[in-house]
Amino acid sequence: MNMQNCRTVYGKTLVELGMQNERIVALDADLCKSTMTCLFEEAFPDRHFEMGIGEQNMVSVAAGLALSGKIAFVNSFAVFSAGRPYDQIRVSVCIGKVNVKIIGSSCGLSDFGDGATHQSIEDVAIMRALPNMTVLSPADGIETRKMVQAAVEYDGPVYIRILRNEIPDVTDEKQEFEIGKPTVIREGKDITVFAHGYMVYKALKAAEIMEKKGVSLKVVNVSTLKPIDEKAIKKLCSSAKGIITVEEHTIIGGLASAIAYIMRGSAIPMEAVAIQDTFGQSALDYEQLLVHYGLTEKDIVKAVKKILK
Amino acid sequence: MPITEKKTKELEKIARKLRYEIVMMIGAGKPGHLGGSSSIADIVSVLYFHKMRIDPQNPRWPDRDRFLLSKGHAALAQYAALAELGYFPKEELRTLKELGTACQGHPEMLRTPGIEANTGSLGQGLSVACGIALAGRLDKKDYKVYCIIGDGEIAEGQIWEASMTASNFQLDNLVAILDKNRVQAMGPVVERYDTNPHPEKWKAFGWHIIEIDGHDITQIVDALDQADEIKGKPTMIIANTVKSKGVPFAEGKAQFHHGVMTPEQYETARKLFED
Repeated sequence: MNMQNCRTVYGKTLVELGMQNERIVALDADLCKSTMTCLFEEAFPDRHFEMGIGEQNMVSVAAGLALSGKIAFVNSFAVFSAGRPYDQIRVSVCIGKVNVKIIGSSCGLSDFGDGATHQSIEDVAIMRALPNMTVLSPADGIETRKMVQAAVEYDGPVYIRILRNEIPDVTDEKQEFEIGKPTVIREGKDITVFAHGYMVYKALKAAEIMEKKGVSLKVVNVSTLKPIDEKAIKKLCSSAKGIITVEEHTIIGGLASAIAYIMRGSAIPMEAVAIQDTFGQSALDYEQLLVHYGLTEKDIVKAVKKILK
Repeated sequence: MPITEKKTKELEKIARKLRYEIVMMIGAGKPGHLGGSSSIADIVSVLYFHKMRIDPQNPRWPDRDRFLLSKGHAALAQYAALAELGYFPKEELRTLKELGTACQGHPEMLRTPGIEANTGSLGQGLSVACGIALAGRLDKKDYKVYCIIGDGEIAEGQIWEASMTASNFQLDNLVAILDKNRVQAMGPVVERYDTNPHPEKWKAFGWHIIEIDGHDITQIVDALDQADEIKGKPTMIIANTVKSKGVPFAEGKAQFHHGVMTPEQYETARKLFED
């Protein structure tokens, strides 16, 4: 299976797009070698701004650049790009639908070593709550590339979650990416599994396990967390015996909340695989944290069994 | 270039008109930001009616000078100026804070022609101004960016982040004006939360400092002209002002930061500025 690092893909893609589009600018808060916009800085030194370690100012400055016609990419770890400057995103960016793209790098638990302060488990909830904000989470490197391009083409605020680590490709190179459109990664008839980010891969693993047991899982990549196509979600659930959501995020305010709201009033049983209402912590590797917080194929299998019991 | 006595009188008259509109917008028996709007009226008069390169018929003209009101609650002064210049009909001023109005409690760029950015959550406007100034340099445009901040507002940490951005990037196309009216919502700045000393702080942060009487039209004009000559660093005009300037019963009083005028006070204030 081909592995790709989404942040490297992001950094390279931004350079490619930057060559075609002079309006693209990037801002960093002393982490460009982690966010990989160091590549953009190297290619376009005039269009890259080192903003020092000050994320709140960085977001509002980006708004100013965007108000003057730039497509401004704000880069930092998700906790610092989405969490710390929340009010700046709200007032300087979202109320005016300003063309700023917020990159939530090292998202979820992917910054495994740095502990709770650096692990963004609530960024999707915060960003989804903001009117005018589009919230994206790519399932792999292939989708990251298309998503960044879509964000450039879309006029308005966008938040993109970017994982820190290498993950396997799961999406189809030929599949067109469209903001708002969930895509079926694996067909199945018994249970519909909605996931985003790296969790799409985990859902596919669970589907392989369950297939051997005679249960078929439909795996859906909900890479746009806002706006969500309600009709499409309902259709994907229409003949399912159960629904499972899987997300590398707190159970509050993310995919589970979104799908539960759409499927309200439905009699279809639903289970959620997510981080419970708790912060992360340091670990020596990423997978160890996913096991600890219940975000593995085994946890998805458990959820399937719970529904079929 | 120094202005003529005639022009000075004209700008004073406009400032008086702006103060009249501020009082009219607030009305009697309702709270409104009288204090901070009145303290910037003379500065707004000079910027909009003398200094800035603008085209009211084309609010998004790419070469326009920009005005950012970081202390967004003082928007009444800006609304009055924009309406006077024809950015939107004057009748709209009478609908302040009404549902659907272009005159929101705090400035909103999508609702009001002439508003450059959303401000009002204090501390953000100066950063936005830095971004616009950076874009101007990138695009090789010669527009200037003017940003008014408050002496209470500068307790916001983001102001100092922005001040470092302005000096780090040597934004000489950015001019900030500190409306030093000495009074914040809960009382005098020096008593509630002392943000002084101002010139020393801004100088240490890499700005060129000019101190003026913010109600003296000639001094405002001179300071803005002087700022044009400063290269390699941003300029901070520290404008000493009076909260609720021109309305004696409200001058210098925190109560009128967002105060309510009685019908009698309203009549008094209105008559002060009536022609």
